[in-house]
Amino acid sequence: MAIPKVVGTETEYGISATGSPDFNPVLSSSLLISTYAGSLRRIRWDYEQESPLRDARGFEPVPVREPSDEDLGLANVILPNGARYYVDHAHPEYSTPECASARQLVIHDKAGERVLERSLDELLRVLPAGQRIAVYKNNSDGKGNSYGAHENYLVDRATPFASLVRDLTPFLVSRQVFTGAGKLGWEGAWDDEDHYHRFQLTQRADFFEAEVGLETTLRRPIINTRDEPHADPDKYRRLHVIVGDANMMEVATYLKVGTTALALSMIEDEFLPDLSLVNPVAALHEISRDVTCTARVRLMDGRRLSAIQIQWEYLDRAKKYVEQEDPSLENDELVTRWEAVLGALAEDPLSLHRELDWVAKHRLLEAYRERDGLAWSDPKLHLVDLQYHDVRRDKGLYQRLAAGGQVERLVTDEEIERGVMVPPEETRAYFRGRCIAKYPDAIAAASWDSMIFDTGREALQRIPMREPLRGTREHVSDLLERAPDAATLVDLLRS
Amino acid sequence: MPQEQEQRRIQRKSGGEAGAGDDAGQIRATSKGEKLKEEMDEILDEIDSVLEENAEEFIKSYVQKGGQ
Repeated sequence: MAIPKVVGTETEYGISATGSPDFNPVLSSSLLISTYAGSLRRIRWDYEQESPLRDARGFEPVPVREPSDEDLGLANVILPNGARYYVDHAHPEYSTPECASARQLVIHDKAGERVLERSLDELLRVLPAGQRIAVYKNNSDGKGNSYGAHENYLVDRATPFASLVRDLTPFLVSRQVFTGAGKLGWEGAWDDEDHYHRFQLTQRADFFEAEVGLETTLRRPIINTRDEPHADPDKYRRLHVIVGDANMMEVATYLKVGTTALALSMIEDEFLPDLSLVNPVAALHEISRDVTCTARVRLMDGRRLSAIQIQWEYLDRAKKYVEQEDPSLENDELVTRWEAVLGALAEDPLSLHRELDWVAKHRLLEAYRERDGLAWSDPKLHLVDLQYHDVRRDKGLYQRLAAGGQVERLVTDEEIERGVMVPPEETRAYFRGRCIAKYPDAIAAASWDSMIFDTGREALQRIPMREPLRGTREHVSDLLERAPDAATLVDLLRS
Repeated sequence: MPQEQEQRRIQRKSGGEAGAGDDAGQIRATSKGEKLKEEMDEILDEIDSVLEENAEEFIKSYVQKGGQ
C-alpha cells in the first residue's frame, strides 16, 4: 500500500583549499561546520539505534571495528531547521530535514547550499591571510574519486524488496537523462587520451559496478540495500538511493525526487509492468555517455528502448495512477513538468539549458570552445565543469547563470532563506528543529528518530520519534508554546 | 554532435534560397542567431570575470577523498 512519501537528501560536498600546503579536508570540514554552528551547543549524535551494516536482504555481515568520525571528535550538529550537518569521509555533509513534498525538498536542498556558503563566509574570517577554502556541490574530482548525493524515501515495509529492485532499477537507469549534472571526462582506464575529455550526462555513472548491494564507497550498486529506517522498522523502510548526482537546477532536483517518489508509490501499489533491463549496469553507462539521448538498451522482454522511451512507460502509468489514486494539484504539476521535459528531450535535448544541469553545463562548454577555439582537453573547460558547482553566489557558475535570469526557478530566494532556519511543518523535523531552537542547552543528544533531553533531573529523558509524520506543527506547536523549558515539555509529552 | 546539428539548422535557415521575402527572413534568422550569440558572449564575459585563475593548476590540485 502506497504510503505518504517523506523524502530527504544527504549531500557530500567537495572541499578544497588554495594557499595551504597542509590542507586536511577532514579537519577543514569539521572547522567549517563548527564555525557555522557557533553558539549552538554541539549535539551528540545518538548512535544507539543506528546499525549501518544491517542489510535489507536479511543477513548481517561481520562489523569492522574502526574509529568513527564521531570518536574523532569531529563536528556533528543538528540545526534549528531540523537538518544534520556533519563530517563524513573527509567531506562536509548536509542532510536535509524530512520533507513532505518534492517542492519542499527543493527548498531544503538549496538551503543546504546556503548553509555551506555561510559556513565559508564565517570560516574565511578566521583563516590566515592567503588561505582560501572552496566548496563544491558535485560528485567527482575527475581523478577516480567520487562522493555522493543520496536520496531517501519512506516506503511501506510490506513491499517486497525484490519488487523495489525490479521496478526501480530501469527507472534509475533511465532518469539520468534529466537528473544528470554533466561531466567532462569518462573515468576508467582508456587506451586513448580522448576519453578523459568526453562529455557525459552524469557525474556518478562511472562509479557504479553492481546492480544490488550494501556498499557505498566501492563497487557501488544501483540499488543500495542499507536497512536503517530511522523509524518504526515494522512499518517503514527508508530507501537509500545513492546513484544520483547532486543538482544545482531546481527543476532537475524537483523532477529527480518527485518522479522517483511517484515511481515508488506505484511500486508499492503494484502498478508497473516489468521493464527489467538485460544489463542495468551497462545500460547506466551507455545512457550516461550518450549526449543525444537516443541510445537504446535491451529489456528482458526483447525490446530495445531509449532512456526517454523507458521514462515514457513510467510516465504513462503515472498519469493513470495519479488520476485513479491521488489526483492532487501537486501530482498534476509534477506529471505536467515531467511530460514537458521528456517531450523536449525527445525533440531537442539541448533546448533544456534553463532546466537541466547537464545541458546548461554543455552549453557553456560548447560556447567557450567556439569563442576561444579550445580543445576538449583544455583545462579551462574542466575548470568550468568544476566551478559550475561552486556554492558561492558570487563565484559559482550555476549561481551566476541564475543571477542572470538564465535558469528556470521553482522556489523563491525568500523560501530558501527561510529553509535555512525553519523546519518543514509537516514532518517530525518540525519537532526536532523547534526543540533545537528553543531549548538548545537542554538537549543531550538527538538522532533522526529520538531526542534526549537533559532536564536537570537525575535521568536523561528520551523521547522516541519513530513516526516521520508525527511531531508536525499541527501536533506540537501548542505544546511547545506552553513549555518555557524542556522539563515542562517532557512532562507535557508524558502526560 | 547535437551542437553541430543545431548550428547546421541555423545556417540552413539563414543561408536560404533567393527572393526578397527570403532576404527578410534571412535577416531575421541571422539577427536571432546573432542575438543568441551576443547573449552567450555576455554570459561568457561574466563567467570569465569569476573563473579561478590558472585553470591547469587549479584543476590539477582539486583532489578529493572518496566518499559515499
